[in-house]
Amino acid sequence: MQKITPLHAVHRQAGARMVDFGGFHMPVHYGSQVDEHHAVRRDAGMFDVSHMRIVDLHGSAANAPRAFLRHALANNVDKLSVPGKALYSCLLREDAGVLDDLIVYFLREDFFRLVVNAATADDDIAWLSTLAAERAPGLRIAPRTDLAMIAVQGPNARDKVWRAIPESAAATSALKPFNAVTVATGFGELFIARTGYTGEDGFELVVPAQEAEAAWRALEAQGIAPCGLGARDTLRLEAGMNLYGQDMDRFVNPLESGLAWTVDLVAERDFVGKAALVAAKPERQLVGVVLQDAGGVLRAHQRIHTGQGEGEMTSGTFSPTMKRSIGLARVPIGVRIGDVVHVEVRDRRLAARVVKPPFVRQGKVLVD
Amino acid sequence: MNVPKELRYTESHEWIREDGDGSVTIGITDHAQSALGDLVYVELPKAGRKVAVGEACAVVESVKAASDVYAPMAGEIVAGNDALAGRPEAVNENAYEAWLFKLRPSDAGAIATFLDAAAYERVIAEA
Repeated sequence: MQKITPLHAVHRQAGARMVDFGGFHMPVHYGSQVDEHHAVRRDAGMFDVSHMRIVDLHGSAANAPRAFLRHALANNVDKLSVPGKALYSCLLREDAGVLDDLIVYFLREDFFRLVVNAATADDDIAWLSTLAAERAPGLRIAPRTDLAMIAVQGPNARDKVWRAIPESAAATSALKPFNAVTVATGFGELFIARTGYTGEDGFELVVPAQEAEAAWRALEAQGIAPCGLGARDTLRLEAGMNLYGQDMDRFVNPLESGLAWTVDLVAERDFVGKAALVAAKPERQLVGVVLQDAGGVLRAHQRIHTGQGEGEMTSGTFSPTMKRSIGLARVPIGVRIGDVVHVEVRDRRLAARVVKPPFVRQGKVLVD
Repeated sequence: MNVPKELRYTESHEWIREDGDGSVTIGITDHAQSALGDLVYVELPKAGRKVAVGEACAVVESVKAASDVYAPMAGEIVAGNDALAGRPEAVNENAYEAWLFKLRPSDAGAIATFLDAAAYERVIAEA
């Protein structure tokens, strides 16, 4: 049974082309994926990301969420000392395979919030529940299907949100990136985070489900363009951000997925997957590639030939900002930035240059 | 979806127009361009190439996917629409003007065997 978000009827009414994504019937675009991409890079666009699952963790004293997450997550929640602060982390298996990537918010010592991927949400909750049964049996794990989430992204995103939701301005004008606050508004209590998945500034707004449509309409009235998952994918790829299930999954560890920066091995802290990571000898790495030859578009699963052995594209697309094909690739560890590799595109081998992501941030191309 | 009455169609979403000089012009339908999304790359056959029925002889790639375009009938390629190389989005703008290639079929009568507009409309209604 395909799931829908509280904004499903709005997307249908807008004539969006719909696809299955993570078990949800979601808009891929509302007309032109490329126009939506440019709207986010140049002005402001919004995405229904209500398919992502918000999971609240409540517990005190012996069942404190901080102590639990210190063990459950590969990144260290002790980096979160100010309420509202967010952290990106992997959720690992014992063998360090990536179960999911997520954002964790510290709200109070007895209340942390996770935002996880749609397709993996049920498995994540089962995994966390099993861990909690051993280590914090009184911890309450509360999936919040009563909430919707709208990501508003782009250089003018914050301004337009403030115009659409005036009560949000005072509380969020000084909000720093990767921080969130809760604000009482005409659309109920909003959780507003200065986060996103596009490489642009903006907010992710967590809205009560019954207010989602009204909030969406108010944002649209300020000229924020509705954008589908198609633009979301080209934007995140230009921004050099991994997509779970494509650029990493449970069969690879974060060190081979460009996510070593999210793993905290320094602290005297035991966490699920740590022993496997400490013992791991990475043989592959995740890099960016820019297609040099004409003749096609980089796509996931294309084979790559390098001087150090074979690799594989994990994501690929045509970058609307760069007007060239770009992608992420898992290649042997000896491959260096600047190397030219060859990608099998249909019946040809096309030259591509290895670069360090991101490709584009804040509207600017960062690789040549 | 726009399905011009005067054209013939394939179930794989190509349109065929009789040029009146023994050759036919082939492109992808409005339905096909809409399903593919913004096109970013096209690869076209060279003049003189002999193609068999159902042979993949062009490629259209959108931001999200690559798709083969098939020769609806056997024959020889007369021309590819090279103007599309620098402007693949022309296919999104008007799929029936932005043709992909011209073909001289070995059996000129074959065109009558393809779907007419009404039949093609039923195909896309069921898709």
